[in-house]
Amino acid sequence: MNNNVFIALQTSDEARAIIDAILEDTPAATRSDFPAMVQIDAPGRLVVRRESVSERLGRDWNLQELHLSLISLSGNIDESDDEFCLVRG
Amino acid sequence: MQPDIKISDIRPIRQTFSHIARRFGADKPATRYQEATFDLQPEVNFHYKPLWQPQYDLYDVRRTAIVMGDWYAFRDPRHYYYGVYVQARARQQEVQESNFEFVDRRGMLRDAAEADRALLTRLLVPLRHYEWGANMNNCAVVAYGYGAAITQAAQFHTMDRLGLAQYLTRIGLLLDGNGTAVLDQARQDWLGDPCWQGVRACMEELFVTADWFEVLLAQNFLFDGLVYPLAMSRLEQVLGPQAASGYALCTEFATNWHEENVRWMDANLRTAAAESPANAALLKQWIERWLPAWIDAFWPWATAAFGDQAGAAVREAVDRPDARAERAGIAAVASSPSPPRGGKP
Repeated sequence: MNNNVFIALQTSDEARAIIDAILEDTPAATRSDFPAMVQIDAPGRLVVRRESVSERLGRDWNLQELHLSLISLSGNIDESDDEFCLVRG
Repeated sequence: MQPDIKISDIRPIRQTFSHIARRFGADKPATRYQEATFDLQPEVNFHYKPLWQPQYDLYDVRRTAIVMGDWYAFRDPRHYYYGVYVQARARQQEVQESNFEFVDRRGMLRDAAEADRALLTRLLVPLRHYEWGANMNNCAVVAYGYGAAITQAAQFHTMDRLGLAQYLTRIGLLLDGNGTAVLDQARQDWLGDPCWQGVRACMEELFVTADWFEVLLAQNFLFDGLVYPLAMSRLEQVLGPQAASGYALCTEFATNWHEENVRWMDANLRTAAAESPANAALLKQWIERWLPAWIDAFWPWATAAFGDQAGAAVREAVDRPDARAERAGIAAVASSPSPPRGGKP
């Protein structure tokens, strides 16, 4: 059984910053583009860091704003004020 | 019948403007900030020479002694372009308006102790003239600066300064139950009270300083570095409880705004200093020119506000620009905050 996790986000201006941040913070992640959607797959663990996204957006980004861009995800969620992790296995 | 839903994937022919694609090396989606900022500065085909400065072009990198390979290195860490800037300020404005309303309803400034009202009239409200001067100085940066990355942010900054001046006016009105006596008095203080004359002289000196980057550094980094921590925040400590609460609510925007300004200015200094040792040396030289003069100029105000605590207050405030300059890669600046030494810029 594979232990892949994924997150799918809309391709809005704001989500692009989130996508860039995830890809940098999760080196093993792979990106697939769909119409109006980007899916990011990663083996075992994927992380969204508040600080990385804030830096790209140039403002304080609240981790809960992730849900405004979120389409779907898979994996167990481990969440704090600073990090949103998807883990499996 | 079975409906057959087919997805057709329509790809845009290009992801962004060609000049943005050229700058970032690939045709990939750009942020709004990038599209509204980079390479917007007119660079060629100037049909008219500025007759008042025939040695320069209309827009000219030689108007400052700072030398940059790429003027778009001055990225705004807040990523402000018109839309984001206006939305951010609109949100802050709503909060500040409700603060003013709260202070007004409770009469927190109107009914404060006479001594506190006099102190705020003399030491806070005249800053509206300082803010207007800061607006002028930043207008000079916008007019003579180079590269849309820094002039755009400076343009927003000029508007902020007018807003801050208006908020100080509101404080004057609140102190006086909507009369204008406090504002008139504050203007007289700005023009005549000894505790403001050094500040006014420094501002006027800056009006006639030609190098726009020097103006930017002196106004937004050095001058504000003392004025904001002391006049917009620490002054609270010498007020009675009622006036202190009113003061804190009325200056909340100014305090938050200053923190934001610190981020922007620190990024500018870091970028300029990182470009070359010559730039870093120049910045250091400007700080050494303006900081002692500004401390001297501000000293009477600090004494009037904090009495025998003035030395400690000024030293604490000066430590911060010192530390910020060092972090930005400008070699540590030696400054002795007090007592004043009669230095002239």
